[in-house]
Order: sequence, then C-alpha cells, then structure tokens
Amino acid sequence: MTGNVAPEDLWVREGRILDPEKLFFDEQGYADKRVDCGGNIIAPGFIDVQINGGYGIDFSQASEDVSGGISFVGKKILEHGVTSFCPTLVTSPPAVYHKVPHLQSYKIFELFSFQLTVSKRSSHNEAVLFQVLPNIKVYNGGPHGAGVLGFHLEGPFISVEKRGAHPEHCLRTFKYGGLQDLMEAYGSLDNVAMVTLAPELAKSQSVVQELCQRGITVSLGHSVANLSQAEEAVQHGASFITHLFNAMLPFHHRDPGIVGLLTSDQIPAGRTVYYGMIADGIHTNPAALRIAHRAHPLGLVLVTDAITAMGLPPGRHTLGQQVIEIQGLHAYVAGTTTLCGSIATMDMCVRHFKHASGCSVEEALEAASLHPAQLLGISNRKGKLDFGSDADLVFLDDALNIQATYISGEEVWRK
Amino acid sequence: MRLVILEDYDLASEWAAKYIRNRIIQFKPSAERYFTLGLPTGSTPYGCYKKLIEYHKCGDISFKYVKTFNMDEYVGLPCQHPESYHSYMWNNFFKHIDIDPANAHILDGNAEDLEAECQAFEQKISEAGGIDLFVGGIGPDGHIAFNEPGSSLVSRTRVKTLAKDTIVANARFFGNDLSKVPTMALTVGVGTVMDAREVMILITGAHKAFALYKAIEEGVNHMWTVSAFQQHPRTIFVCDEDATLELRVKTVKYFKGLMHVHNKLVDPLLSMKDQ
Repeated sequence: MTGNVAPEDLWVREGRILDPEKLFFDEQGYADKRVDCGGNIIAPGFIDVQINGGYGIDFSQASEDVSGGISFVGKKILEHGVTSFCPTLVTSPPAVYHKVPHLQSYKIFELFSFQLTVSKRSSHNEAVLFQVLPNIKVYNGGPHGAGVLGFHLEGPFISVEKRGAHPEHCLRTFKYGGLQDLMEAYGSLDNVAMVTLAPELAKSQSVVQELCQRGITVSLGHSVANLSQAEEAVQHGASFITHLFNAMLPFHHRDPGIVGLLTSDQIPAGRTVYYGMIADGIHTNPAALRIAHRAHPLGLVLVTDAITAMGLPPGRHTLGQQVIEIQGLHAYVAGTTTLCGSIATMDMCVRHFKHASGCSVEEALEAASLHPAQLLGISNRKGKLDFGSDADLVFLDDALNIQATYISGEEVWRK
Repeated sequence: MRLVILEDYDLASEWAAKYIRNRIIQFKPSAERYFTLGLPTGSTPYGCYKKLIEYHKCGDISFKYVKTFNMDEYVGLPCQHPESYHSYMWNNFFKHIDIDPANAHILDGNAEDLEAECQAFEQKISEAGGIDLFVGGIGPDGHIAFNEPGSSLVSRTRVKTLAKDTIVANARFFGNDLSKVPTMALTVGVGTVMDAREVMILITGAHKAFALYKAIEEGVNHMWTVSAFQQHPRTIFVCDEDATLELRVKTVKYFKGLMHVHNKLVDPLLSMKDQ
C-alpha cells in the first residue's frame, strides 16, 4: 500500500517515532524540543541492500581494517540518505569468508571438509590472511554511520555463464544440498542478511529452505534459471531478485525466466517477490525500468550495487588491480568503454527512478525504504514512519535532494 | 441574547474565533488566573478552530494560560479511535496550539465508574473557578451537547443514551454500520452550561434553521434544550444566513440592524503581540 506525503509533525522519543496524541492524553506530556524542518519532506531513511563498497573501499577485499572500511563507507552514505545497509560480498576466495589458518602464500585450497587439511611444509612464507565476514557484526546506525543489517553474500553459488565480473575459480556448486555447503563456503551464517544464488544449480532448493529457516533472505541472481526453476525457489522461500535484468536470461515470451517472477501466478499466497533495480540510467534502460515498475510496482527495491569507485571524483583511479576512469555517472575500465560497475548514489537512484518512471514522490521514496524493509522482514521497525518505528529519517526538498539524515532521532548529517 | 448573523459559514466561523480571541486577550490570563473555555466538537465549530489555530500560529494568541473543558465524549469508544472526541480535539485543535495537556479536560468514556467520572468532571470545573465562556453547537433536534429532547434543563454532567436520530446521523462516521455507532455518551448537563459566565452557540446551515427557530422564537422547552439559554444573562448565537431561514423576517432584520454594535466586540481585534 502506498503512503501519502501530508503536512504533519513527527514526534520522536528515545529513538522511536512517538504517538503524540497518546503522549498528550495519557501522559499529559508535550515536546521538549522542536526542530523546524522548513517544509522539507520527512521520509523513512533509505535502506541499501546491495552495495559493494565506495570511496576507494572494496568490501570484498580483505584488508587490515575491514571494519574500519565498512564504517567509513557507512558514514559517507549518510549523505545519500542511507540509514541502514547490507555490505555486499561478491564471490570471493574462502579466506574472505572465514578463517583459513596456516595457508602458504595465497594459494586457494579446495576445502573437503570443515576440518582443514593443513599443509605441513615450512611456514616461513606464511601469509597473513585477512578475513572479512567474521570481523563484522550487525550493528545499529548512529552518528558514526549507517547501521549494518547484515551481509549480502552475492555468490559463490552462482552460474558460471552469468558470473559477470565474479572470479570463475571461486564459484561453487552444492555438494550436499544443505547446511554443510553453506558452512564450508561461508564458515558462519551469523550476521548474514541475504544470499544470492542461482536456483538452477542442483540441490539448491533444500539450501534455499535452510537459509529461509534461519531468517536469511534468499535472492535469485547471476543465473540462467528458467521460470519454473525460479518459481520453485520462490516456493521454497526465495523472495528477491538480484539486479533484475542484469546477469540473468533476458525476458523471452515463451520462457520469461527469472523476469517472469514479476507476474508469476505461482507465488504462494500472501508473499511478495521483490526485485532489485539499479536505477542509474545506465545499467537498465529506462524503458525496461518502466516495464518492470508497471508490471509489479510494489516489489521494486532500489539498490545502488555501488562499487569501490562510487563517491570518488571524476578522473582516473587505481583500485586494487584495476585502473578505472570516472566520467559523470559512468565508471569505465580505463581507456575502454567497458562499464565496470555502478557509482550512482542511493538518492540519485531515487531521483532517476521518479523521473524515468513518472511515479509519485511516495512511490519513489518507498522503493528505497519501505520495500527493502519489507523484503528483509524488518518493516515493523524500519522503512516506515509508524508509531514505534525506529526514527531513521531523511529530510528532502521537493526535488528529492537530501537536506539532512537522522538515525534513532538524532541528526547524523546535514547539508 | 445577541444574535449575530454573518453571510456564510466561513464568516460566521471567523467572527466566532475573533470573539473568543478578544475575550481571552482582554481577560489577560496568567499562571495565577486561567481563562476557562468550554468547547464543542462536530462540523460546525471546525472552521472556528481553524481560525483560532491561524491566530495562534501568527503569534496573536496563546493558550498557555487557558483551561478547556469539552462538552461530551462517547462511552466505550477507545481514545485512539478516529471518531472519538479525544481524536477530534487532538487533530483539529490541541496539536496545533500551545495548551498544557494537563489543562485540556475531556470526559473519559472508558472510565470504570462513569458516574464518578461525571462527578469528577463537575468538580474539576468548579475547582477551575467555573467556565468563563462556554462554546457550543446545536443539533437538528435542538439539543445542546448530548442533552437530547426531554433532558432536564437543570441537568448536570451525566451518562446519556443517544436518541435514534443522533445514532443514525452519526452512522456516516462509522462506515454506515449502525451496530458500530456508540449508543451512550457522557455529557455536560444543560445546568452545567447555564452555570458558565457567558455562552456562545454556533449555528450554521439550513438543516439547523428549524432548531434555531425553536430555540429563540418559541418558549423555553425541554424538547428543544438550547431554548434554556433564553434564561441566561449573557448568550450569543452566531449563525449564517442559512440558519435563519425559519426565523421571522422581523427578528432577522432587527438583529442585522444591530451588527454595527456586535462588530464592536471583534473590532478592534486584539493581539497578544501588543501586550
């Protein structure tokens, strides 16, 4: 259901949105402090469920200070109105996911069981390996930055044909069709909010079930699944599509593939399939964005899928092994016209989505707040301005430019 | 009585709001001496509330030293229900002004002991020193608050069962489902309002015309309880042209001829900014 923008005051107490009528009659209380918002729109803070890094930081790159990197990006994205996010890890070597002790140099071992076979050769070349996944816990946002809702693990259980930029040698398949596959790949599922996988992989359906039982959102993506494989995954609990249209089979009128989930009649009653859209005007043609929006407006979730180069100034930058050239909203492999990822910010995506689809202000804002909250099953406290919701807010002018960001009722950024 | 006739609903609402504003400011309320106001609900006073809010937002009037007592509230309707009079007063008045919540009194229709609640309300009014100005409306059947036809003209705050007419009229606020409309209400009595130092009755619309006729051109009668105010020393009826449709031409001409006198009550318009 779409909400309404209406002139109103918003009341906050102890980090939550307060019912002022109850305060007045039941407690005979009134405001201790008033903030004049100058006619701005107050909306729930944006939630980005797919962001790979930014400002020179790559979340999938294990480094000395993983949590510092995530915090740094978390603080910067407050400027884009994002108050909660899922740091995304693309398909990576096992070491990124969990502790792999005593490995010589950077050779990747195939893990046959959770108990490693450790090389017994001398360890004079012992490499210091940094992990990513075990170092970060879910935490609330605040003046330090946007809250981390949990990781989005995009891979390694994806299709080789649709891997995109993910490294082929790190891809995996399901050997057991259950928890053990996940443990071997990731080590732990604590602090994981979402997993993207390809449902056509054998034994995937029981894995989908395992993940859903643990409250982890399962997303379909980087896949060559046909519609029935996708529908089966949804019936087992999958509820999201990773960057619709990208890294999947194109829509075909006799087999719509994953795209067909938008209008599938096989979705179990009472459930919604959400789909991520990178609305930067580059990764999806605006006409395709409109088709998806018109087919299934309530499921649209704006994501940035931002890469390391997001937030960096125009020009050349060396990031890891790559040299990237930024021109406006495009990030190319330097010297070529090959796109290497998205650098649009969430607020740019909201404005572009509204402009390209002609949707209302409310719909544009809900695609960045309510829908991701519903997707992750946290809409009881995030993504809405209901009484009792966390007071994660964004102030916008009528052109949807961010004026200020609040987390738990506290101002954390102002223009 | 004064009968103040304005051309339409908006002008009548504005006149009434100006009068209330002037009365409060003239009184010079303070922490030692509050101005007590009796308040109605419904569609008639809606325009008046909007004007008062406007004056407040411009800084011309403050409700910091004003105590309010509402006339009535449904029995058994949760406070948060959008049709409760608590909700009406919050949304249409209290949330926009600077009144101290402890000074905004509304009968509690969910109290365990309704009679005790009514008595406590009367007690609060007398502790506040009585009501300086009681603002009210009139029903199509001539009732004031929920003092339905047949109510004693010396009644006090009590529980009343609503007349069939009233329930039917209210159904539109409850999805036209008669079973959802409350059947009982707590209301101030006719006597309670008569005790106020001044009474202002707002009457607008052709559907109220017959009730106005019965209230001021016929005798004092418990079937038209607003008629009791013929015996109050200071009553003002503020109405629009449509509400006068059942009155004698002579009555209307007389009071229209007095408008220059009536307008002295609202002109000059006072402001707290000047104090």
